[in-house]
Amino acid sequence: MKLSKKDIFTRGIIKENPVLVLLLGLCPALAVSTQAENAIGLGLATTFVLLGSNVVISILRGIIPGRTRIPCYIVLIASFTVLAKMAIEAYAHPLYQALGIFLPLIAVNCIIFARAEMFASKNKVIDSVVDALGTGAGFTLALLAIASVREILGSGSWFGMSIPWLEHNHAMIFTLAPGGFIVLACLLAVVNKVSKERKVAREFNCATCPAAEACGRAGEC
Amino acid sequence: MDFRALIVIMMSAVLVNNYVLRQFLGVCPFLGVSRDFKSSVGMGFAVIFVMMLATTVTWPIQIFLLNTSGLEFMQTVVFILVIATLVQLVEVVLKRYFPALFASLGVYLPLMTTNCAVLAVTISNINQGYTYAEALVHALGAGLGFLLAMVLFTGVRTQTESADPPEAFKGIPITLISAALLSLAFFGFDGVIENIFR
Repeated sequence: MKLSKKDIFTRGIIKENPVLVLLLGLCPALAVSTQAENAIGLGLATTFVLLGSNVVISILRGIIPGRTRIPCYIVLIASFTVLAKMAIEAYAHPLYQALGIFLPLIAVNCIIFARAEMFASKNKVIDSVVDALGTGAGFTLALLAIASVREILGSGSWFGMSIPWLEHNHAMIFTLAPGGFIVLACLLAVVNKVSKERKVAREFNCATCPAAEACGRAGEC
Repeated sequence: MDFRALIVIMMSAVLVNNYVLRQFLGVCPFLGVSRDFKSSVGMGFAVIFVMMLATTVTWPIQIFLLNTSGLEFMQTVVFILVIATLVQLVEVVLKRYFPALFASLGVYLPLMTTNCAVLAVTISNINQGYTYAEALVHALGAGLGFLLAMVLFTGVRTQTESADPPEAFKGIPITLISAALLSLAFFGFDGVIENIFR
């Protein structure tokens, strides 16, 4: 099945949205989504790492030996994460402090690993770039959606701009941990309701696990 | 050695700053492997084991190797590789010498390489400036907190499984709502640490 560039791009945003449909990368999606600004920051940083790793893995797809590909991917993804981390530390220090430990943790974000394993290692460079941009945009938009709801209801502001009435009547729970779970649950329920074919993964199992192919225990977990 | 400081670090990691319910670290295995009691306990102990082991190895590497040679920026790369290698090694050793243990924990080990909670423990040990003993206690506490959250959540989940939520909420959404309630319950532990030695 050959997909056009446009299909590859929009697939990452809608049909295979990493957070809202495939349920990947939930930890950062929940943790940094208290403010829309941070969500955009982490989304862009993740997109950068995704782009870098997809391009390099796609270029090296004939060279990386099949048996040692996992450690190779890990090193590549971690290296790009370090680059992103150092750049943000130097040029956007407030964002660096807000993201905290979730910046180095981009390296273990399963979305990036999944795209490397499922797409970049099998496709041409240009397609991999489009795939990285689409998936990154999907991740960023999902984060922005969660963060907008949490910031508007929880802090009474959006991108730091205060919203009349809500700024004095905000519900603090939305900025706390339970609020993250609740907002994500409601968004997933909305996706469930809207999508006709019910594409949202109902449960976590090997079918939704990006490492399934690599772990060699398909069907056991 | 200040024994009190160790207890505070431990209690804080288990209850107040619970890795899953307060810091959103390790949410995927928390939602994925909490279907039944046996697997959630197995996963919990595997996490404790790997967290302790990873801390045992990464702390000296950071302090004596990276810091002394000005390579602090390599932290992320080095830690991930060390953890991935350790997990592989443990798998081989368990399989060869402790088949009984491997049967119960082995399945969960490959999941550990990309588990953000394990990497987070090793990095925050360094960020917080913990001593070796404090780092190990923190790792143990984080692991115990994960186990506690897993076991509690399994109990909640077996109840929601037999419930009948609205169609759109079936499956993961209702599971997340239960996680939210459990997380809310853990807010009850706020202030425990400040007053523990009063």
